[in-house]
Amino acid sequence: MSANPASAIDLMKPVPLDAEQAAMHSTMRNQRIQDFIFHKTTMLFAASVLFVLIGIIISLIMGAIPAFKEFGPGFITRVEWDPVNDQYGALIAIVGTLATSFIALLIAFPVSFGIALFLTEICPVWLRRPMGTAVELLAGVPSIIYGMWGLFVFAPLFADHVQPLLKSTLGNVPGIGHLFSGPMMGIGILTAGLILAIMIIPFIASVMRDVFEIVPAVLKESAYGLGCTKWEVVRKIVLPYTKTGVVGGVMLGLGRALGETMAVTFVIGNANKLSWSLFAAGNSISSTLANEFAEAESALHVSSLFALALILFAITFIVLSAAKLMLASMSRREGVK
Amino acid sequence: MNPVYRKRLLVHRVGIALSVFAMSIGLIFLLWILTTLLIKGVDGLSLFLFTADTPAPGSDGGGLRNAILGSLMMVGLSTAVSTPIGILAGIYLAEYGEGNWFAQVTRFVTDIMLSAPSIVIGLFVYALYVAKVNHFSGYAGSIALSLIAVPVVVRTTDNMLRLVPNSLLEAAFALGAPRWKVATMVRLRAVKAGVITGVLLALARIAGETAPLLFTALNNQFFSANMNAPMANLPVVIYQFAMSPYDNWRELAWAGALIVTFTVLLLNILSRTVFSQKTPN
Repeated sequence: MSANPASAIDLMKPVPLDAEQAAMHSTMRNQRIQDFIFHKTTMLFAASVLFVLIGIIISLIMGAIPAFKEFGPGFITRVEWDPVNDQYGALIAIVGTLATSFIALLIAFPVSFGIALFLTEICPVWLRRPMGTAVELLAGVPSIIYGMWGLFVFAPLFADHVQPLLKSTLGNVPGIGHLFSGPMMGIGILTAGLILAIMIIPFIASVMRDVFEIVPAVLKESAYGLGCTKWEVVRKIVLPYTKTGVVGGVMLGLGRALGETMAVTFVIGNANKLSWSLFAAGNSISSTLANEFAEAESALHVSSLFALALILFAITFIVLSAAKLMLASMSRREGVK
Repeated sequence: MNPVYRKRLLVHRVGIALSVFAMSIGLIFLLWILTTLLIKGVDGLSLFLFTADTPAPGSDGGGLRNAILGSLMMVGLSTAVSTPIGILAGIYLAEYGEGNWFAQVTRFVTDIMLSAPSIVIGLFVYALYVAKVNHFSGYAGSIALSLIAVPVVVRTTDNMLRLVPNSLLEAAFALGAPRWKVATMVRLRAVKAGVITGVLLALARIAGETAPLLFTALNNQFFSANMNAPMANLPVVIYQFAMSPYDNWRELAWAGALIVTFTVLLLNILSRTVFSQKTPN
């Protein structure tokens, strides 16, 4: 734009030079001002997302300060959670959150892998779209529906048929036997983990499908050319190539599972006690919040709930950041052999 | 056959069979949940659902009119607020995002917010707004839902805009168009369908959200269109009624669940068809 267009204009039009130039200059100045305003306006809206995150962190910390002042950093490892005597500790909720999420991952990982494998390698092309949509619909079902279904449909069947089976088989294995003992109510930590597994399967599966699709066809074709079976190609070419992305997807699912509220609240049993049995009722951070926050009377109770929320936010933030970084390093490698 | 080959073939077949099995697990659970909703929800479906309000404890009949209205109002307001915010932020990321640390950080944070626990968002809005004005309200619910919807719109808008071929933008620049005109009139317009997809996905996401509404909108047994007061909404009504001991409440909860789920799934499918039909390439 810095080149002087005057000579060209001079030749084409017999308009006085100064007027033309002045008009052009003022148009350009206007456009620069407009662009400046546009840049700053859109930037402000983008920054609003950042403000919200910072606001969340600050408000959680402010809310949590009284609880940490009262109980010290030991709040995290304290077992009591007793609103009647105003004594609070986070351990039960943290253990509940971690245990349910871990069970969910244990089940969801192989199933999601199978689904992603099916969608990318096995499924006939005409069936790919409907199958992919079905998996995404599973992700679309609201979490409260999973909760209702889990409590009223899944839990009774689970108590009558699956739990006795687990108790009579895995319950007798030394070392892990006590995990499958106790009354079989259908609800509890294990059920919550299972429902969470169903909920995060579509998330993990769709990330895995996406990363499987970026494996260069040349790599797979060379393996097939050497006589590899489809399973060997997946196991020895696709999986090593997409390792980071797969782990990233799993972490993303974990992040979802940790923060999931309604489904867990319905089926975890909402008991503030610690038990070795996975059949026992427990509580997760999110279910404690959902159950108690609206009814919390004492300031310390409210503050302890904020402290729980802060812990939950910190854990999910770390897990999701790790997931994001892994997936980002995966997509940087896209197309590189 | 060579025993090594036979073993490899066996491993391959087992692996493929397990993969098909995994896919069928997913499908079975989807169908199981949907048929449960249909079977249990159909009993409660009647015209009263839309003409009567939520019943008092122990009284017969009743419907979900106030809850449906509340949900529509809150979701509507959140969509109206979050769509322009999300689109403008998305434009910024796509236009000025290259080699710009501020944009990179924003993109990263948006991704985190996409999966952040929604109950924490509810708590944040409680601390920021409800605790200050000292009462639960429909506005508070709308704020919480907007905070959840914005990242969805930002991310889809950003992704879609970056699909627009550079040559198109260069053609517009060559005609002397200023950047804001190129960004809005050319780039955004080229991916209109994709951006609508993002808005629909955000709608689908917030229509079924329960956790953030528990401490913001709360619930209201009566018909109320006042957004500055506690407001009935489908997810919270479903939650409270499902956990209640009354048969008619539970029936209403299942009917509400049926309505919410099929609305959300419809929005999901709609967003996909809009996207696949109208996007270039």
